[in-house]
Amino acid sequence: MPLLDVKDLSVTFARRGQRTVRAVDGVSFSVEAGQVVGLVGESGCGKSVTSLALMGLLPKQRGVTVGGSAIFADDTDLLKTDERTMRDIRGRDVAMIFQDPLSSLNPVVPIGVQVTEVLTRHRGMTGDAARKEATDLLNKVGIPDPTRRLKEYPHQLSGGMRQRALIAMAVACKPRLLIADEPTTALDVTIQAQILELLRGLVRESGTALIMITHDLGVVAGICDTVNVLYAGRVVESARRKPLFAEPRHPYTHGLLGSVPRLDSGRGEKLHAIRGSVRDVLPWPDGCAFAPRCDRQVDACVGEPPALVEGIHRHAYRCVNPEPATAEVSS
Amino acid sequence: MTEVLVEVDDLKVHFPIKRGAFFDRVVGHVKAVDGVSLRIEKGKTYGLVGESGCGKSTLGRALLQLTKPTGGTVNFDGTELTTLPTKQLRSMRRRMQMIFQDPMSSLDPRQNVESILTEGLQAHGIGGDRAERRKLIAKTLDAVGLPQWALSRYPHEFSGGQRQRIGIARAVVLNPDLIVADEPVSALDVSIQAQVINLLEDLQEELGLTYLVIAHDLAVVRHISDTVGVMYLGALVEEASGDDLYERPLHPYTRALMSAVPVPDPEVEDRRERILLAGDLPSPANPPSGCRFHTRCPWAQPTRCGDERPGLRVIGTGTHRVACHWAEQIESGEIRPHAVTAEVVADGAGAVEAHGTLAAALETPGGPVV
Amino acid sequence: MSVKTDKIDRLSELSAVKQEEQGVSLWTEAFRRLRRSPSAIIGASILLIFVIVAIIGPWVAPYSPTDTIGIREGVVKSGQGIIPGASAEHWLGYDHQGRDLFSRMLVGARQTLLVGVISTLIGLTIGAIIGGIAGAAAGLGGRVGRWVDNVLMRFVDIMLALPSLLLAVSIAALLGASLTTVMIAVGLVSVPIFARLLRGAMLAQSGGDYVLAATSLGVTRRRIALTHIVPNSLAPVIVQATLTLATAIIEAAALSFLGLGNPDSSVPEWGVMLADAQSYLGIRPGLAIYPALGIIITALGFTLLGEAMREALDPKLRK
Repeated sequence: MPLLDVKDLSVTFARRGQRTVRAVDGVSFSVEAGQVVGLVGESGCGKSVTSLALMGLLPKQRGVTVGGSAIFADDTDLLKTDERTMRDIRGRDVAMIFQDPLSSLNPVVPIGVQVTEVLTRHRGMTGDAARKEATDLLNKVGIPDPTRRLKEYPHQLSGGMRQRALIAMAVACKPRLLIADEPTTALDVTIQAQILELLRGLVRESGTALIMITHDLGVVAGICDTVNVLYAGRVVESARRKPLFAEPRHPYTHGLLGSVPRLDSGRGEKLHAIRGSVRDVLPWPDGCAFAPRCDRQVDACVGEPPALVEGIHRHAYRCVNPEPATAEVSS
Repeated sequence: MTEVLVEVDDLKVHFPIKRGAFFDRVVGHVKAVDGVSLRIEKGKTYGLVGESGCGKSTLGRALLQLTKPTGGTVNFDGTELTTLPTKQLRSMRRRMQMIFQDPMSSLDPRQNVESILTEGLQAHGIGGDRAERRKLIAKTLDAVGLPQWALSRYPHEFSGGQRQRIGIARAVVLNPDLIVADEPVSALDVSIQAQVINLLEDLQEELGLTYLVIAHDLAVVRHISDTVGVMYLGALVEEASGDDLYERPLHPYTRALMSAVPVPDPEVEDRRERILLAGDLPSPANPPSGCRFHTRCPWAQPTRCGDERPGLRVIGTGTHRVACHWAEQIESGEIRPHAVTAEVVADGAGAVEAHGTLAAALETPGGPVV
Repeated sequence: MSVKTDKIDRLSELSAVKQEEQGVSLWTEAFRRLRRSPSAIIGASILLIFVIVAIIGPWVAPYSPTDTIGIREGVVKSGQGIIPGASAEHWLGYDHQGRDLFSRMLVGARQTLLVGVISTLIGLTIGAIIGGIAGAAAGLGGRVGRWVDNVLMRFVDIMLALPSLLLAVSIAALLGASLTTVMIAVGLVSVPIFARLLRGAMLAQSGGDYVLAATSLGVTRRRIALTHIVPNSLAPVIVQATLTLATAIIEAAALSFLGLGNPDSSVPEWGVMLADAQSYLGIRPGLAIYPALGIIITALGFTLLGEAMREALDPKLRK
């Protein structure tokens, strides 16, 4: 049984006088314990909204509708839980790491207090026990001289350190699921490598499941077990990591891979750019949202939304004219 | 032998740190750029790569005299820019243009595209009358792939990629020789980055442009550049052709940087050696003595590294320059990497991983990062 | 070309229709947003009525505002505390000198508007000049520029340190109590606000990338200041001017109330009327209430409009 089973998640934002936006449109995926699941896509594809919906952090106001289900640990539907229960689940069972560690930390409270707060709230630890545990946590995430760091304020730490502190808070209660929303985007590559290594280690050692939200295919290739590629609010391709990169079937995934310069490819090899921009979408009910930008567009792309086709090894793609599978071509 | 368009020699930009309630007292300097020398050949692309705070953007701006250099010289096609009087410098600006990272903030939100593109032409009196200017602008719009109806539009009505095209058009319309592109794609969506990179390459081919591309993304820089310079804490640590640098990184920092760049290929990611650096960048206000990298360098030696600042020296083919005392010994494997404990003063971290991973990953030191 | 791919082309045609249109500038867009804001509409309606009254007031007033009609007819005996209230002929009754209060309110609107507009204009002009020079000097002028900026801003600090009442009293001592005195005093008090606001906005703008871009194009510093920095810094100043109109009217009323306003009460002005009413508050509170209401509602109108403009011009709200 998967740890988290997301079925048909949809989020719509309706504002008076403006078109209703379907930010997430029937997204389904599941996460097993000890697994890293990637949600990849560009700005506006709905990846961040998905994570906020799972955490129950979407603004509770008129016009915001969340549909579908997200069954956590076989019994709790994260989307239908009331705010009080959700507060208990957040931090204890499910924790989140954000892109910008500075704005996710309270600037006027020392790091130590913020970490012990989590321990007090969810694990009932106080005083010296909490302080000792906090020191251990900072140590575990690779912050040197933790006793001193605990007294410092967020602005006194570097970007990489802040992200480590945030991760320490997230893993303080040994959550069963971690959601990381672009955790390394604001960081330099060498620091990014440190943080990714840290996350890898955490998953390996504690068996925590990790949902990794990112736009960086390189990060995905290095850390994820399974990958879901999102476009305009829907999963357009979903596969295990290796088949996805070796044999992308959806033209969007294929295009993304072709449009990223690779460190190991030489100078001057022309990049295969995807034309247009994420603004040029066809509404899903009218066909494939990617069709206006797609090189493989055919008649069948327009009219009705393409269904998610499941191929071998649970490699699924939402396309009527997919990129040929190399295996099929060779045989 | 190709002609050199820009020659930078020992360029320094030091920003004073001021303190004091009533009277500003200079208490120190941030050495953003501290003695950089490089040459950019005509029609070629020089890529400058480094992490935030290494001074690469400041170097680009100092080269264009948008930030006043503290010392050193910048020779642009035979003219010394650092001592050029304001008026001559202003007319020289036509020949050297800039492309910015954030296309939104680098475009005046109250100017429409026509006015944005006309501004430079007017400043330099190019294109005489209105009709002639319009023709020139129309041609430029075509060249950067923007529709003609864009003229009456304002920046906020475009997507990020289109805005960057406007920024490129603004630079190209003046028919410059040199374009300094400061992180030209890092603010764009992945699928748009390729469009802009391709456009820059097409324009170079068409117009014979010379580029200085500044970016934090080594993959982007390698893709677009003929020569790549790696910066660390205000100075170049290594310079070589893109292929050379990739196949034979000599400086320990370059190696670490390369091993950290994610490659969108699981096969590569699983096999590659990772050199995790300990800690963060030291403060440029108080850089380490000797080699600036020695506090984080897994190959640092007890002699020379801590007290003698290495200069760039040529190794091998003649175009590969590196600023490391022990480059040869490191390459041959004579010097083995060791664990580095992050200095607490330098906001260090990562020592824990550095221990474990280095021991495991560096069984084959010096091998290319594949 | 098939039917279905046609559909995609139709979609691009749909966006092509938009392409025919002219671009929408930020001002236009802000104005569109303003039109959709309820508080802007209420504020603007109040002000429209106020301005119309100020313009046509003297012509539609049923009586002359200076005609002491009540005393002539013997109905008003302020000495004995008899000031009749509203009646069919005199909608708001008489004032203490037997003049028709309604007519005085109508005619007084013009003076009140004048006080507000002129004193704000004085403050805006002087403030914008000082702030503009300081901002341009600090943002683009280098070492000399920072010096100029320092001198101007210390001068503004001194102005800010003077209590507005003291300033007004001193000006009144120099020029004598009059409407002009009130306008100058109220105007000068708002100078530091405008100066600091414009300077701050200009400094923020001159650090922007597009200023660097213009410099790298080879545009002169003066041109950059005039065509880029100033226009982009104006929005907060305009909002502040609207809000200042409200406070200016209230402050002018306060100064008039203290006797620094026009001593000739034959020219009606709401502030002066309020001041005159203080001796008769016990007998006829209406004498104070009506001018006060007028001032409050007008000030509210300016405030509503100003706040709505602040929201409409906020670049953060732009999509």
